[in-house]
Amino acid sequence: MILKLSLNGRPISADIPADQSLLDFLRAQGCYSVKRGCETSNCGLCTVWLDGAPVLSCNMPAVRAMGRSVTTLEGVRAQAEEFGGYLADQGGDQCGFCNPGLIMNVLAMERELTDPTEADIDEYLAGNLCRCTGFVSQKRAILAWLKRGDKE
Amino acid sequence: MLKFKTYLCPDTIEEALEHNKGRANVVLGGTGWLKMGDRSWNTAIDLKHLGLDQIEETDDAFRVGAMVTLRQLEIHPGLDTYTCGAMRESVRHIVGVQFRNCATVGGTLWGRYGFSDVLTCLMVLSADVVLAKGGAVPLTEFAAMKPDDDILTHLVIRKIPLRMAYASFRNTETDLPTLTAAVASVPGGLRAAIGARPARAERVEAEGETALLSAVSNLSYGSNTRGGGDYRRHLAGVLTRRCLEQLRGGEYE
Repeated sequence: MILKLSLNGRPISADIPADQSLLDFLRAQGCYSVKRGCETSNCGLCTVWLDGAPVLSCNMPAVRAMGRSVTTLEGVRAQAEEFGGYLADQGGDQCGFCNPGLIMNVLAMERELTDPTEADIDEYLAGNLCRCTGFVSQKRAILAWLKRGDKE
Repeated sequence: MLKFKTYLCPDTIEEALEHNKGRANVVLGGTGWLKMGDRSWNTAIDLKHLGLDQIEETDDAFRVGAMVTLRQLEIHPGLDTYTCGAMRESVRHIVGVQFRNCATVGGTLWGRYGFSDVLTCLMVLSADVVLAKGGAVPLTEFAAMKPDDDILTHLVIRKIPLRMAYASFRNTETDLPTLTAAVASVPGGLRAAIGARPARAERVEAEGETALLSAVSNLSYGSNTRGGGDYRRHLAGVLTRRCLEQLRGGEYE
């Protein structure tokens, strides 16, 4: 069937199998930041935004995005690179495989929550698993990122 | 992996019911659990054009559409206030925000999952589900029914005077719960619902705390990899006491 949507601000039209997952569709469109992880809706590696809200692309048939706006890491490259620098500074960037999903959810959290506490951050990011860092260095990077405006 | 040949978005509930008559067809919720199966479906029916994605609050009730996400339940200020924070508490441990932005109320309730935090929480409320063919059915009754070819369109939570609390225990954060408990103080007595026994949530009622704890203890509890039956029975008492403590606003004696 023909799927029409906005991908990173660009109108896309593609003929896809009815049951193709959003994850597979996005990777077929060249959005390789969207990672295939657990495929059981647990790890958060495949996080993208659907109309601005973070969702799991492995969990969603692509046809459900018909007429909607999908954003991947490729669509927020400048912000992602800036936050990636904070991850690197804090040693929160080891194998890096979980980074795209984490970054998409951190940016969504920043937009959705006002002055999040550490508990708020833990709760919002509970669906982003990392097997390298133990989350501590990631948390330092997130806290530094959220406070970056204080230094300017 | 979720497999289907055809995808339909009916414009009316009658059209959706007609398509749902086929045993090889399926109504999509959030698809999180559906995709864990290996069944191939003929037609996937998406209710997204039926305007079921809103929570409407009136003086008497909350009317929750089947396509409302768990995240919408979690952050709705009216529900949060009415349930004394219990609704949010029941939902916030479920995987992550991204998952809760996908999972729907309709899919969660239709599955009548034993592990469901949401079902446990709602069971102590005065709630009905609205079925397209079957009309309004009390949630406690619906939970015991077998799935058929009807379609759940709404959840209606009637506003009665109530105080409530919710507690769950997980071996690991974001995992499925080992046990779930909700307790409500309503006119005339107390209600408790215990879920993940591992069977689906069941409600008991009593006039006082001692009788409620006894009724909770008398529910059936089973074993699986997350916990044994005796352990769950003990845990049910602990979580119920914690909820009662919250209702009383102080220490449980």
